[in-house]
Amino acid sequence: MAEVFVVATGANKLTYEMLTLARGLGEVSAVVLGAPGTAASIADNLAEYGAAKIYAAEDEALDKYLVAPKADALAALVTAKSPAAVLVPSTQEGKEIAGRVAVALDNGVLTDVTGLEADGTATQEIFAGATVVKSKVAKGIPLVTVKPNSVTPEPAPATATIEAVEVSVADSSKLVTVEETVVEPKGDRPDLTEANIVVSGGRGVGSAEQFSVIEEFADLLGAAVGASRAATDSGFYPHKFQVGQTGTTVSPQLYVAAGISGAIQHRAGMQTSKTIVAVNKDEGAPIFEIADYGVVGDLFTVLPQAGEEIRKRRG
Amino acid sequence: MKIVVLVKQVPDSSLERHLSSDDFTVDRASASNVISEIDENAIEAALVLAEETGGEVTVLTVGPDHATESVRKALSMGPDKAVHVVDDAIHGSCAVTTSKILAGALGKQEYDIVLCGAESTDGGTQVMAQMLSQRLGIAALTGARKLTVDGGKITVERQTEDGYQVVSAAAPAIVSVWDSMNTPRYPSLKGIMAAKRKPVETLSLSDLDIDPATVGAGAATSTVVSAEPRPPRGAGQKITDEGSGGSSLAEFLASEKFV
Ligand SMILES: Cc1cc2nc3c(=O)[nH]c(=O)nc-3n(C[C@H](O)[C@H](O)[C@H](O)COP(=O)(O)OP(=O)(O)OC[C@H]3O[C@@H](n4cnc5c(N)ncnc54)[C@H](O)[C@@H]3O)c2cc1C
Repeated sequence: MAEVFVVATGANKLTYEMLTLARGLGEVSAVVLGAPGTAASIADNLAEYGAAKIYAAEDEALDKYLVAPKADALAALVTAKSPAAVLVPSTQEGKEIAGRVAVALDNGVLTDVTGLEADGTATQEIFAGATVVKSKVAKGIPLVTVKPNSVTPEPAPATATIEAVEVSVADSSKLVTVEETVVEPKGDRPDLTEANIVVSGGRGVGSAEQFSVIEEFADLLGAAVGASRAATDSGFYPHKFQVGQTGTTVSPQLYVAAGISGAIQHRAGMQTSKTIVAVNKDEGAPIFEIADYGVVGDLFTVLPQAGEEIRKRRG
Repeated sequence: MKIVVLVKQVPDSSLERHLSSDDFTVDRASASNVISEIDENAIEAALVLAEETGGEVTVLTVGPDHATESVRKALSMGPDKAVHVVDDAIHGSCAVTTSKILAGALGKQEYDIVLCGAESTDGGTQVMAQMLSQRLGIAALTGARKLTVDGGKITVERQTEDGYQVVSAAAPAIVSVWDSMNTPRYPSLKGIMAAKRKPVETLSLSDLDIDPATVGAGAATSTVVSAEPRPPRGAGQKITDEGSGGSSLAEFLASEKFV
């Protein structure tokens, strides 16, 4: 059976999703691109989700310089092993790696793929999710980046062997130095992309201080907090929590939009949520067109009252 | 400092957009076409940089005839001149071949920094800056929310999913920016008048020594095989808060087993 590459960035949900998706296309091999020791630290997790082989392309240069060395390493491995397909996470870095590999190998590339069939036909949602397209790489092998929350990760325990891969990085790939990497603390709340429930606030929240209303309601439901662009642009909430076209795409079981009008670019990032609840003062707000449950009202009275009632019910 | 800004004309993302029914390429004929929004942030960044360093800004676009409108709009914000690569053979080009055409056009320019949006609002692929870096052998500082140039050193605060990175390189480099970087200026009336007289050079594929057979829909490295509108999401129940809206919401959440 043909080998399928999954670029694994760590013991995270998207990696497990890709490993699950790749099983439909062939024998799954994980590719780890990073500093020495990275592959060994996640090998058990990758095996748990079906990686029969783990290619450890490890070198200090891979984290020291931005993107290009990882793309070099992946392109070389693809050339050496001729896999049937390559799956890369649809994160900013993942898409950038895939783009470079596409040029290096003169191979097509498809980004933000939500499904992949055995024959390489990919599903993508374009125009803010308004159109669903099926597309194919016409030149080379299917080289795709996979959007988070596209499939449900399912374990399929395998026994993985780690194969060290020699990495050679061209000087022209060492042009951009990473001076500092800052992971901002996310506190105790679940990750925005992985959360079952997301509670988001918009311009209607009015200020950074008043975002505590959104946070309190989120914490009550064990939810992640999100924000509209109007809210992040106004400095009410940090930019990395922005949901939408130029922010994060979320697809939780429940999405609560409070003080958010529901512009097409916001909907692009949340309209595949299972259940949508909207709280908005304006009964004509477009968000109500897609809400399963809408409350026309002031979020500063509706959310605290709902919170109070939920506490009561829990006793 | 010589700065080139890449500008793409796209269908307005706040309106309904379509693919052509015959070849599944983006339907630009029926759309209201605008500058891809994040490219305006790139133009703003270029103008600020030019002001700081006494530089010159050139707008570069690859697109059909009517992309001229977007070129003039871009020029009305303040850049000095523009280059428009236009050729019938380009229609339907994929990202990989578009990067070839852009790289060809950049090869004819003098530049220290190339600026572009981190993604376009139509394709949204986030690949172009890295593709150009790969082709041209220049540094790519991508996903900038902050950009500083100090002598020959370019430093970018790169927005990431879980925080940020500080990355740096020497010129020449391509820098892609996010919309969080700045607020694009509005063209002034003076700017709009001035834009009409600014030079716009048009280039064809033959000017770039690119064989037309290697670009366009026929040579695309990826193709769309079908397109369907997403089934619309129906509106559900809507209540008006008259004192117990919060309690009703809690009841709904409980009935759906979220509490
Ligand atoms: C290229 C591009 C990309 C974009 N990307 C994104 C993106 O990723 N994410 C995104 O969100 N937006 C994005 N936008 C912006 C988008 O078009 C909207 O401007 C934005 O979503 C509006 O945010 P909002 O709903 O919070 O604000 P508004 O549209 O101002 O809506 C505020 C709402 O709050 C309601 N309200 C006010 N006070 C209260 C109260 N006390 N109680 C209840 N309701 C109240 C009002 O009735 C109103 O409906 C993008 C735009 C463009 C052009």
